[in-house]
Amino acid sequence: MALSLRNPTLINRDQHKMSYYFTILSPTDTPLFNIAFGTSKGGGDGIARFRFPETAQYMNQFIIHSSLDILEEAQWTNGSMYLKHIDTYPPAAAYITAFLTPSGARFLLLHQPPHLPSSTGSSGLGASSLLGSAGSTTRASSSSIAANPTSPQTEEAVRQFMNEVYENYVKTAMNPFYKQGMEIKSPVFRTRVTAAGKKWL
Amino acid sequence: MAAPPRHATMLSISNGDKPAQTQAQSQQGTLPQSPGLRVPSNRKTIYDRHLNRSRNAESSRASFAFLFGEMVTYAQRRVTGIQDLEKRLNEQGYPLGLRLLDLLFYRSTSTSSSALSSSSTSSSPPNRPLRIITLLHLIHGPLWRLLFGRAADALEHSVSPDTPNEYMITDNDPLVNTYISVPREMSMLNCAAFVAGIIEGVCDGCGFETKVSAHNQPTDLWPSRTVFLVRFGDAVMEREKVLERSGVK
Repeated sequence: MALSLRNPTLINRDQHKMSYYFTILSPTDTPLFNIAFGTSKGGGDGIARFRFPETAQYMNQFIIHSSLDILEEAQWTNGSMYLKHIDTYPPAAAYITAFLTPSGARFLLLHQPPHLPSSTGSSGLGASSLLGSAGSTTRASSSSIAANPTSPQTEEAVRQFMNEVYENYVKTAMNPFYKQGMEIKSPVFRTRVTAAGKKWL
Repeated sequence: MAAPPRHATMLSISNGDKPAQTQAQSQQGTLPQSPGLRVPSNRKTIYDRHLNRSRNAESSRASFAFLFGEMVTYAQRRVTGIQDLEKRLNEQGYPLGLRLLDLLFYRSTSTSSSALSSSSTSSSPPNRPLRIITLLHLIHGPLWRLLFGRAADALEHSVSPDTPNEYMITDNDPLVNTYISVPREMSMLNCAAFVAGIIEGVCDGCGFETKVSAHNQPTDLWPSRTVFLVRFGDAVMEREKVLERSGVK
């Protein structure tokens, strides 16, 4: 708390930069599409900077797939398409938000706040508790959606993002040459998802 | 950004007029991240089109009748019997059901006059069906309206205690059978097996494992009356019991 008073600009700039990993899974858990990007709002450059860049590529997939069990439970108790924040993986401070299309495709978004300057040295449990306290300071200091992955603002921004991706997904699915369960290779689709990420996250 | 320009004001639908190859070279410049992508001559990809534009449009009944007739002929090639033919028609309908499901939900979320108004009371996005009854109402009402412009005629539950997993959707005069004349020796055939496939696709998409079949049940008033028999799998019935106990609607 004293830190944010001493140097508020530094904290804010760092807190704005969330890293995202978005993936679409078929009802039979086949990955159809994935993309990594970073915050574009508030001066972000849209580039993902995961905490553990050397392992992020497979760890992100691992973390997202491990949330599928929770998703499949939530699926039958909550009838909405947007299931909000469903899972957290503390060691990597990764938050998972889910959206379920009526035809069973799952949109999963992993968001990871950046390293805090003070938590670089600590590991595992320590990092997550530090993150918790840091989260509360930034909640007070900024209303940015990136500041707190479980705040209502973030949930709303992700909802908008998911809805926009859903629209493009429906267009893909309506393509007579596309069969459900096929990988989505369209570069136009990728451009559209990137644009949605820029617009909302 | 290199996003393809939106031509929201352009109403041209003549996408297929010119071969896309003629534009391929100029497209390389506008979409550098996508070499080799073929874009229609008016540069409108399917992603630039609005999903609600054809919402109230109806396709010509004559062309539908012709196409469906051709589909039946196609399915009839090298079949071993009526059951095989119906299975093929069913398989043609199945992927359509999966697609329609997403389209149906998209259209009802993006417009204020909800197409699912009968099954959802609020104006917020409709819920995915979790229970059998909600799913069947979705098929009986919104899906039938999307396909045929009217709701189905009846929705019934099997009265027999041995088959609690059977439900019946009745259509007094199915559009698909209007222009199909079935030869006498194939009187068992019902080409609405195609629609049964669509229903199966919708149910499967929602996570309800189902077998759907179409049966002729003519009455004096409705000679082509068809009953769609929906048989849910055991896993679905088990889940239904669990959901009922936990009070999920």
